[in-house]
Amino acid sequence: MTDTSKGSAAPPVLAAPTVPAVPRQSAYAPPVPPGGPDPAPPRRTAFMEGVDQVRAASTTEPGRLRIIGAALAFLVVAFGAVTAWQMSDRSSAADDVLYSSQPLSVAAADVYRALADANTAASSGFLAGGQETPEFRTRYERDIRDAADGLAKAAAASEPGSSSADTVAELNELLPEYKGLVERARSNNRLGYPLGGAYLRYADQKMQEEMLPKAERLYKNENQRLSDDYDSATSYPWAGIALGVLALGALVWAQRRSYHHTNRVLNQGLVASTAACAAVLLWLVAGHTLARSELLDSYDNGVRSLNVLNDARIASLKARGNENLTLISRGAETTKSGEDKFDSDFKKDMTTLSAKLARAEDIAEDQAGRGPVSEATGNMEVWLDRHKEARKEDNEGDYQAALDKIIGSEDKKPTGECFDSVVKNLEKALGHEQAEFKLAAGDGRAAMTGLPVGAAVLAVLGASGAVLGIGRRLSEYR
Amino acid sequence: MRTVVEGGAVMTAARRLKASLKGWGGVGAMGVACALTAAFVLVPLREVPLTDTAATAGSGASRGAYARAEECTDPEKQSPAPSGAESGTTIAAIKKRGHLVVGVDQNSYRWGYRDPNSEDDKADLEGFDIDLAHRIADEILGDREDNIRFRAVPTNQRVPAIRDEQVDMVVRTMTISCSRLKEVAFSAPYFRTGQQVLAPKSSTIEGYDETLAEKKICTATGSTALDTLEADKEDGDLVSSAVISPPVPNQLDCLVRLQLGEVDAVVTDGALAASQAAQDPTVELKGEPFTTEYYGVAMKKEATDLVRRVNQVLEDYRASGWNDSYDKWLAPTLGEDPSTSRPPPPEYK
Repeated sequence: MTDTSKGSAAPPVLAAPTVPAVPRQSAYAPPVPPGGPDPAPPRRTAFMEGVDQVRAASTTEPGRLRIIGAALAFLVVAFGAVTAWQMSDRSSAADDVLYSSQPLSVAAADVYRALADANTAASSGFLAGGQETPEFRTRYERDIRDAADGLAKAAAASEPGSSSADTVAELNELLPEYKGLVERARSNNRLGYPLGGAYLRYADQKMQEEMLPKAERLYKNENQRLSDDYDSATSYPWAGIALGVLALGALVWAQRRSYHHTNRVLNQGLVASTAACAAVLLWLVAGHTLARSELLDSYDNGVRSLNVLNDARIASLKARGNENLTLISRGAETTKSGEDKFDSDFKKDMTTLSAKLARAEDIAEDQAGRGPVSEATGNMEVWLDRHKEARKEDNEGDYQAALDKIIGSEDKKPTGECFDSVVKNLEKALGHEQAEFKLAAGDGRAAMTGLPVGAAVLAVLGASGAVLGIGRRLSEYR
Repeated sequence: MRTVVEGGAVMTAARRLKASLKGWGGVGAMGVACALTAAFVLVPLREVPLTDTAATAGSGASRGAYARAEECTDPEKQSPAPSGAESGTTIAAIKKRGHLVVGVDQNSYRWGYRDPNSEDDKADLEGFDIDLAHRIADEILGDREDNIRFRAVPTNQRVPAIRDEQVDMVVRTMTISCSRLKEVAFSAPYFRTGQQVLAPKSSTIEGYDETLAEKKICTATGSTALDTLEADKEDGDLVSSAVISPPVPNQLDCLVRLQLGEVDAVVTDGALAASQAAQDPTVELKGEPFTTEYYGVAMKKEATDLVRRVNQVLEDYRASGWNDSYDKWLAPTLGEDPSTSRPPPPEYK
């Protein structure tokens, strides 16, 4: 494709197996031999004929030069094309990480968060009874809206028929059902009926046993997608690198051959081509390595921390919901061992929270990330202490004192204060990690910028150089 | 050479067979042992629920025969005679402490319930059981503030709470039954009730009868209602096409399921069914109670002085107080006439 402009009428080099009729000889010989006297040779394949032509050409130096030129041009162009293709693949995967799968994973985490938070807000408002503050009500309504928004986002991003799409559809059905139960709980509570508490327990059960697991699945799906995108963005472009090394080797060999034949040290075209190839290879290896390390860093320091922090936030929300429900259910449900179901769930959630916080503190890479987490841990410890006091009051029959210790005003030192602080600190940490992620992933993405286009342009230049260099030698035979 | 090998193989096979037979012998022996143990254990076990049903149902001569063997025909008549004496160790301890600790329910509307909208800040408990508990505290410790502490006790923690001395007594719609009498002591009955059907007013269900055909019935986990329904279904006393829904954690959850249309009827103690009906004007008690049960105040088995004292309180309470409390809490749903709920004149041991 590069040689035709230069070469003579019918350069055999290009006679690819698909174009068998170019050479005169062969066009006459094989088709329908006249039969009779000389025993005609058996019909040969087009490919074999091509090979023969190349063999024939390789007997003369110009022919050999043409073959070498074409091969070099092909290798360099192939190198450029593969590099461009592989890198645009990786950079689009990095794009996905940055602009699609990570935001979607955040959106899914947000659905999960909003649902758990709505459940907690509903139970807090319920506990306050007829004196429900507008704060809980707005928080609950906002959470429901957030969840609905997040679901709409997730629905738009998921492929129809995929498991994510199914999960979103199921959640979309459950959300109004849940909301209906909460409203029934609220109105019964306003009438002063314990039936309200039973409704709220039912709503909570729907949330804990059906909705949150689904939201979690959605979140896991999105995280899987994110980690797939990471894998494709960070996998080594081995084909590009191998072709680059091959092209460079071929170029060096061609120049050595040229030197041996002509005693000329430099063939400008070939040198230019070699330089272009070396540049592309260097750029490819350095650019990708840099991008890869930044991306992996964004995963290790961003995504991993974000996941752990999200888990911690969910655990804190669940714990708070169960703490509220302990007072709402008032012993209506017990575990097999006779413990209050909700208090036992609370303890489990707090254990999870504590483990997740410890893990988050472990993997936080700087003080800005670690600070809020250790503060949250401190809040959690106070929470546990106050919770114990609240349980003691409740068990001793002083319900009002217990209630004050859970949702009371600040002077009563309620656990609600600690919960709010835990959530606030976790959100601070999440914000920090999200920024870290964006920075590192953005750097990684930037390290690949221009590589596909650059590789393509340089490869074309390199191929031209090779052809020109060989062409110069060829012209000496005219 | 070959024969030797074959002979060896045969020997091994024989030995293996022998070993495996030996193994089976062991298993067989164990099986027989297990079966025998099971038979010995199960026989008395089988009698307990039967006596319990007989006691609560109060019907069936054959069941009575089992019960006589256990010497527990009328669990409600096993309480010691009343006495106003306060010299016993249990009462002395309570007096020294200055307040009575009573295990109650917080979720039974009109029985033991905390009103979230109550006027005063304390969100005090209220209901029929609470009135009685206050009366007991007032008589033993004198009518004054702070003579009583309530502790919320879940249904399945009533007996452990008494045995572990977390509470002095439990006043919490607790049925006097033979099996419970083995673990705790009961006062004389203070209320008569029985299993009853609750359904929407518009429902075709008329009671515990064939109108339950193809209806879904809700009961609470571990409740007398569930046991009764399952036993009746097996005996054919319950129409066979009636469906017993998976039990829910608390009897009140049945009303939730009923309102949501997930079940068609609820079976529970009439007293609790009435408490449900009080929270929903569109449902009502259908038909008569189909068992007879008595609620009693449960106390520690050893605290006979306290049991006698409480029985004395109940004597007084029945004379004055009981009717007022009934009118206040239960008349709206159980009917103006308290005669079906009033326990018969007590018989003591």
